[in-house]
Amino acid sequence: MALKLAEYKTTVHNDWCAGCGDFGILNAIQMALHEMQIPRHRAVIFSGIGCSGKTPHFINTYGVHTLHGRVLPFAQGAKLANPDLEIIALGGDGDGLGIGAGHFVGAGRKNVDIPYILFNNAVYGLTKGQASPTLKLGMKTKSLSQPNSNSSVNPISLALVAGYTFIARSYSYDVRHLRDVIIKAIQHKGLAYVDVLQPCPTYNDINTREWFQGQDNIDQESGHQVPRIYKIEDRGYDGVVHNTNELGNKMAQVLDIANEWGSKIPIGIFYQNEFVPTYHERISQHISDYATNPPAKQPLCTTEGVPLADISKLLSALRIDN
Amino acid sequence: MSSALVKNSLSWVIGGPQGSGVDSAANIFSRACAQGGLHLFGKREYYSNIKGDHSYFTVRVAENPVNSHLDEINILVTFDAETVFRHAHKVAKGGAIIYDSSLVNISINEVPTIDDQSSIRISDILNTAGYPTTIQGILDFAKSNGCVVYGLPYFEMIEDLARGLNDPSLSKLTRMVNVIALSSSLALLKFDKKQLIKAIQTVFQTKPKVLGNNIAAAEYAYSYIGKKYDIAQFIYMLEPRPPLKEYLLVQGNQASAMGKIIGGCRFQTYYPITPASDDSEFLEANQIFDLTSGAKGSIVVVQTEDEIAAITMAISAALTGVRSATATSGPGFSLMAEALGWAGMNEVPVVITLYQRTGPSTGLPTRHEQSDLLFAIHAGHGEFPRIVFASGDIEEAFYDSIKVFNLAEKYQLPVIHMLDKALANSIKTCKKFDQHKVPIERGDLISKVDENLSTRSGGHYLRFRLSDNPVSTRVPLGTENAIFWNTGDEHTEEGHITEDPDLRNKMVSKRMNKLEKALSEIPIEDKLVCFEFGKSTGDITVVSWGSTKGAIIEAMEMLARRGKGIRFIQLRLLHPFPSYEMMNLLKNTRLLIDIEMNYTSQLASLIKQHTGSDIDYRIVKFNGRPMSTSEVYYAVSAILEGTSQKRIVLEHGT
Ligand SMILES: Cc1ncc(C[n+]2csc(CCOP(=O)(O)OP(=O)(O)O)c2C)c(N)n1
Ligand code: SF4
Ligand SMILES: [Mg+2]
Repeated sequence: MALKLAEYKTTVHNDWCAGCGDFGILNAIQMALHEMQIPRHRAVIFSGIGCSGKTPHFINTYGVHTLHGRVLPFAQGAKLANPDLEIIALGGDGDGLGIGAGHFVGAGRKNVDIPYILFNNAVYGLTKGQASPTLKLGMKTKSLSQPNSNSSVNPISLALVAGYTFIARSYSYDVRHLRDVIIKAIQHKGLAYVDVLQPCPTYNDINTREWFQGQDNIDQESGHQVPRIYKIEDRGYDGVVHNTNELGNKMAQVLDIANEWGSKIPIGIFYQNEFVPTYHERISQHISDYATNPPAKQPLCTTEGVPLADISKLLSALRIDN
Repeated sequence: MSSALVKNSLSWVIGGPQGSGVDSAANIFSRACAQGGLHLFGKREYYSNIKGDHSYFTVRVAENPVNSHLDEINILVTFDAETVFRHAHKVAKGGAIIYDSSLVNISINEVPTIDDQSSIRISDILNTAGYPTTIQGILDFAKSNGCVVYGLPYFEMIEDLARGLNDPSLSKLTRMVNVIALSSSLALLKFDKKQLIKAIQTVFQTKPKVLGNNIAAAEYAYSYIGKKYDIAQFIYMLEPRPPLKEYLLVQGNQASAMGKIIGGCRFQTYYPITPASDDSEFLEANQIFDLTSGAKGSIVVVQTEDEIAAITMAISAALTGVRSATATSGPGFSLMAEALGWAGMNEVPVVITLYQRTGPSTGLPTRHEQSDLLFAIHAGHGEFPRIVFASGDIEEAFYDSIKVFNLAEKYQLPVIHMLDKALANSIKTCKKFDQHKVPIERGDLISKVDENLSTRSGGHYLRFRLSDNPVSTRVPLGTENAIFWNTGDEHTEEGHITEDPDLRNKMVSKRMNKLEKALSEIPIEDKLVCFEFGKSTGDITVVSWGSTKGAIIEAMEMLARRGKGIRFIQLRLLHPFPSYEMMNLLKNTRLLIDIEMNYTSQLASLIKQHTGSDIDYRIVKFNGRPMSTSEVYYAVSAILEGTSQKRIVLEHGT
């Protein structure tokens, strides 16, 4: 019997601010799980710390709300121990690109088969609006006393150079688009990065919903407001690496488009490259039965507790009476 | 000068620049002795350097099992100048120094790798005794102490050997100076050459190309020494004994890693750090192993981007039901503190193998210390239960590696398994490990949950069920009908965030109650071991923990031979502290002596805290070099004779 969308929701009280972009992301994740009919017990949502970090408590699957900045190593550990789990990692921009930046890069080098959804609101929501690593230099959001004195990091370019094999961006108020991107990220074979533009109405009074809709972005000729966000696929952009010869060009076009900001902000799938072996495939190179006999599936002892491992050979090599 | 022959009791040292074959020479020597039926204990000392700095290996050989080193050297084997300068004055009367005869004119100032402090110290010794600060000077000084010196013209020996071999590739042979040196020492010891050849064959098993030359070098050294010296004059000898049946020659880090495989560890993470990496690298090299069924098992070893990733990955692997560990040393463990609390909060069984080294900061990165005890007990903010368990020797390291997983799973908490540099890098002959001695106990872990169990609580599985206080039934992530949540925030029975004061009280108590439960269930032999020496009544008690065990036991045996009665308590479970057992044992103690490798006597403060007993004397050491039997013996003797200060700082070691 098919699972209903409601079954992916918990009844836990949601304490996000009214109008927070996080609601859209939560809905999109639930819709993706529902659309894919992923059995609830097989899914585990890992999160970091922040407003975004609370997300797993609202999703009726296994949920692991970890430490500030550490969601990626947590998520990878579980996936490597039990590849059968459907794991989604998610967290804030401070979480993933500030305190967790080392893991952001480290994960790119491993290419473990998981999607990572980053709630990009350019502020530290839960600690009351400090500048996050994606806030542009010189911007002064509501709760900053001085303009931001750090340059922003571009997560799309960083993901590319770090080795992510799927890179996409979506917008939290375009729930359908976001749902579809998340589905593709889950289906992708390898580490997938999904950057979600997430208005924080409470602390980010610059990149607001109205701003993204282009309230102040007036076309000179027509006098109409022009939404800032546009879908790259609508303009014929194809981010998929179809053969390894086109790798250089495909990477270059990501860096190009990743720089667009201001009056035009691209969303869609920037890059997908399934030619890079996943970490599971890399492990299988030296542990050939890893896929069928990963750590989580290995029995350790008999019912009486007698260990099943037999290190006689290792011990013989160390023996001195042979 | 000949006196009574000393048979099968020897302290042998070989030294040289890092990367010059000191380790492989020591390995061959150790194998040869062990295969010849002799027991040994060896330890490696090295700088934080890859090539060129001084490293040395001490091997103590005896007819009975040995667990520590002595300060005295009986044979010093060298092939460079630095080793002679650093160690020659430690060679005891009647002992020997083997050296390169072409180096005699080298002065201490010409050896760039000898640091100023050492240079001044050695020069002072020589100046005071009236000898020049050259190799010849220090050798003459050693001779005046009753040593015999053997100058070997290594280069000519190699040329000669090359002629005999018809192998003009001198450079290849030059690399075998270590084998020539060690073989010469065995020749002087009148040791059975066949055993040496056998050891070389074992060590070079996988390198057949160099095997022949190494054997030729050994043969050559034996005949050279035999022709040139009257070896009967040298008072030390090693005589093979009946084979050591069912014995291993094993290092501490190997013991720990093998214990993990038997104990069911199937996931280990690490970020490289001395002396912990060897543990992970051993597992990596042996990632596929046999199962009793004939099938194969495997362990996934992951090198992470840092230690925070290492522990967090290990924790989440544990959430899938896997026995999972990470191995690290002080600097890495410092980074793990926050995640340790997460594991405590979420009741995750994870094992941290903590190989202590000299701190703080990078300290002496390759040297020994036991200064992380209080840190291991307290690391992390807030209050959460953990177990801190310390092994005292290589055998314990093996069996304890299995036990710590049992403790982690039975009480669903992080366990810190304390080892150290001295244990990791020492090697000894020990009884073959019994793979089935420690049964695996997984605690309250189930892999199937029927629908009723989960609906019983309104459709939700209660991972942190309060009525199970303190240990609730655990299920791996991915189990049907058992969806739960984890969070570092205080949580409900299902694992959702709560700030309810009543629930908070209950949850904290539930978690902390595990410590009481553990204390009431852990068998006494895993809490502490009490050794009695001589006619001990317990009125004189020595306490310690970890790898000082070997030196202390031997020192106590020496004291017992002098008619002293002493009790030695080795603490194994450091947290939660076995207060009840300790108070009982200390009831009649009149004189309490604490011995440990740190500045502040960390165990002493635990004992005071948990039992109220004052420590009368503290023997400490923090120069990075493990305690020798000799110095423990002298320090305790002085206390018993009433001539000691209340705090004794041991300072031996090169
Ligand atoms: C180690 C550590 N440092 C600081 C904090 C405090 N803290 C909680 S949430 C947060 C920032 C959250 O910002 P972001 O990751 O962008 O998430 P958002 O709230 O915006 O979703 C910080 C710094 C913490 N929990 N842990
Ligand atoms: S502070 Fe911002 S990000 Fe956090 S819940 Fe409120 S609106 Fe959302
Ligand atoms: Mg944020």
